[in-house]
Amino acid sequence: MEHKNINVKLKVWRQKNSKEKGSFETYNANNISQEMSFLEMFDVLNEQLIVEGKDPVAFDHDCREGICGMCSMYINGRPHGPWQANTTCQLHMRAFNDGDTIVVEPWRANAFPVVKDLMVDRSAFDRVIQAGGYISVNTGNAVDANALPVDKAKADAAFAAAACIGCGACVAACKNSSAMLFVSAKAAHLNQLPQGEPEKKTRVINMVAQMDKEGFGACTNTGACEAVCPKEISITNIARLNADYAVASLTATK
Amino acid sequence: MTFKQMFTSTIGKKLVMGLTGLFLISFLIIHVSINATIFADLFNPDDNGTMFNKAAHFMASTVLIRILEVGLMGGILLHIIQGYMLTLQNKKARSTGYAVEMGNKGSKWYSRSMGLLGTLLLLFFILHFSHFWVPARFTEAGLEMPVEYNGVLMHDMFGLMKATFSELWVVVAYIVACISLFWHLLHGFQSAFRTIGVNNNRYLLLLNSIGWGFSVLVSLLFALMPVAMYLKWIE
Repeated sequence: MEHKNINVKLKVWRQKNSKEKGSFETYNANNISQEMSFLEMFDVLNEQLIVEGKDPVAFDHDCREGICGMCSMYINGRPHGPWQANTTCQLHMRAFNDGDTIVVEPWRANAFPVVKDLMVDRSAFDRVIQAGGYISVNTGNAVDANALPVDKAKADAAFAAAACIGCGACVAACKNSSAMLFVSAKAAHLNQLPQGEPEKKTRVINMVAQMDKEGFGACTNTGACEAVCPKEISITNIARLNADYAVASLTATK
Repeated sequence: MTFKQMFTSTIGKKLVMGLTGLFLISFLIIHVSINATIFADLFNPDDNGTMFNKAAHFMASTVLIRILEVGLMGGILLHIIQGYMLTLQNKKARSTGYAVEMGNKGSKWYSRSMGLLGTLLLLFFILHFSHFWVPARFTEAGLEMPVEYNGVLMHDMFGLMKATFSELWVVVAYIVACISLFWHLLHGFQSAFRTIGVNNNRYLLLLNSIGWGFSVLVSLLFALMPVAMYLKWIE
């Protein structure tokens, strides 16, 4: 594989805090190795800004191995950039060519207010989880497989849904800023397993109520969320949540 | 959990959209089937719209159908009002937009344009109702000369269609509406089933194909009606 360094022009959203209006600033990032991740490229840019006595660009990051869900950049019109099933930290500069202009924006949704620059406050997701994304009792150690039978297909579907890292790319991509892919993944993960089943109805009712309270839009099944999800969570989870919600709300006893 | 809480939640509102949408789809099947009887003229030159006029008369004179008609109007209104309210609510969820839009990377343009396509259909309904529904039910404009079959006097709806579709701009407007209907149905058909909770992938795939077939067939049949009359394939 060819190793080379490239020069790119960055148009980055700068915003001091959640109250002030932001705007785009243009920076040149020169001599960037294509082996660098997108965030490493931003580290280089920030070093450069610090040397120049300027305020570095604030952005969220933590594990830098694609599993924590912290990185959240909207790159050239797509959450997490051009690669499929990928987080920003796992996006590498070989995705770009020498001389490219890259536009970097924060997630845009009123439920995710900008904290600074490219950082947004995603605690709305935490509150949705607090509303029902848990099992009330300690489920203890892993039991013998024959003590608690689980249908393989359901276990697989729950596991696939549990892969959601809560990064919020689904909200960022959705034209309605709907959080349905996230909420449905978290509900599907617990609802399909025997430990989560007893609280299924209250879980979906409470999580959906909190989701609405946070100001996320409604799902119109466009599929944009699924297309950008770094963990390829299926929108079939949304249809499943729709069914579970209808049953739960129609059969609720109070 | 009250019914109010259910139906004011985002999922509840979408459920109303999905259910009314499917109800309107079921109406389209009836509508296109009955109107397709105008093509009987192509196979039997003596028909002259007899089959269509009789079918229209049956629909207009059957009590059950008239009761369903009230439900239909209610369904259309609910679908329109709820649709606009949801569109506004969804727009409000993002006050600052993106400098670079995602566009078609990940979703189809028509799935993101249901409000626009629906608005075109609403404008068309105003035209369409004034052409046929209002004269047939209330004003009798253009229907002054009844036709008689087996001693029963009926509205000459076939004649009204021929007169209406003799103007080019009307035909063009109807074709534009049929194109809007096609895209609206293409997303709406499968989206409605997802919204009411169909989550079995085998059925979702099947419904996707049926949705394609349904959207093409219904829109094409409807579009052929004004065209056939304007070009005098049917006289």
